Amino acid sequence: MQPSTLVPESISEQLALTVNGAVRTVPAGFTVADLLASLKLDARTVVIEHNGTILRDRSSFASLQLSAQDLLEIVHFVGGG
Amino acid sequence: MAHADLLSPAPLGRSPGERIAGEAFVIAGREFHSRLLVGTGKYASNAQMIEAIEASGAEVVTVAVRRVDLDRSKDEGILHHLDPDHFFLLANTAGCYNASDAIRYARLARAAGFNEWVKLEVIGDQQTLLPDTIGLLQATKTLVDEGFKVLAYTNDDLITALKLEDAGAVAVMPLASPIGSGLGMLNPYAIRTIKQRLSVPVIVDAGVGTASDACIVMEQGVDGILMNTGIAAAQDPVRMAAAMKGAVEAGRNAYLAGRMPRREVAVPSSPTTGMLGGGA
Repeated sequence: MQPSTLVPESISEQLALTVNGAVRTVPAGFTVADLLASLKLDARTVVIEHNGTILRDRSSFASLQLSAQDLLEIVHFVGGG
Repeated sequence: MAHADLLSPAPLGRSPGERIAGEAFVIAGREFHSRLLVGTGKYASNAQMIEAIEASGAEVVTVAVRRVDLDRSKDEGILHHLDPDHFFLLANTAGCYNASDAIRYARLARAAGFNEWVKLEVIGDQQTLLPDTIGLLQATKTLVDEGFKVLAYTNDDLITALKLEDAGAVAVMPLASPIGSGLGMLNPYAIRTIKQRLSVPVIVDAGVGTASDACIVMEQGVDGILMNTGIAAAQDPVRMAAAMKGAVEAGRNAYLAGRMPRREVAVPSSPTTGMLGGGA
């Protein structure tokens, strides 16, 4: 349990993280679900690796908050042989 | 009506009660009716891909795992076009050059939530796309331990095939010739030998260029064929998909029928007696 004083008050604080190899900034407090929504991606059609760990439970997307310098890979199925 | 039945018999394996012996095509306990498995890459359009897959009659379709292109809003995953309720999705690890990358891609594919199957590729060389069989064997062991059903893309080497089976692969997939080459089956002896020695299904993967190639592969007695470029790179992929469907069925039937022996002398087909001009 974090004391509430440590939670940023201002939503304007930005976090820099790396998504699919490119640096992006998101507001502090952004969750994985928020990130997908901002990218207009349907959670059911993608798989996410967060700092090397695959998020196998999509219901965790809404509660998992992103941190500065997180490494995210967002993948999906494409045509292949 | 009766004539129609005689002229166009039901496709083999269609009705479980009437199946010809040897017709069941089972991988890891799951039965399939089509022995043709197809890839989804290299099509001119998604519409063409879907039409070709429908024409091929394939149930198992392969897909690849790649990053979502976040900057291109029109870039859509294949699941926007391919109904996962109508096809059995088989994710591949194409493009992986070592065991750990292939394992990572397999885990990502499984997390998509469709099944625990993977067409495992560990490529050893960019020019030929030939498999790194040592990395392949390592990755097979790890993934089998993690509960994956591994269909291992390999070369036409019997010893590697036997080791993959020992490692727990549910199917072994030797190449006919290099991926995308369209050279057809370069070593029928090797393919036949692998089929004869393995208990798990042997599915020839890669190298089939046209329908006759597919037919000859199936005549070796293998359980199935996986192809992509042979259909997608044809001038008319939908028509070629239909041709491949027919060729796989024809080759399987010819194998089950058992071909006549080859002879290097002629043997007449018509009676040699009763010719005109002789005596009684």
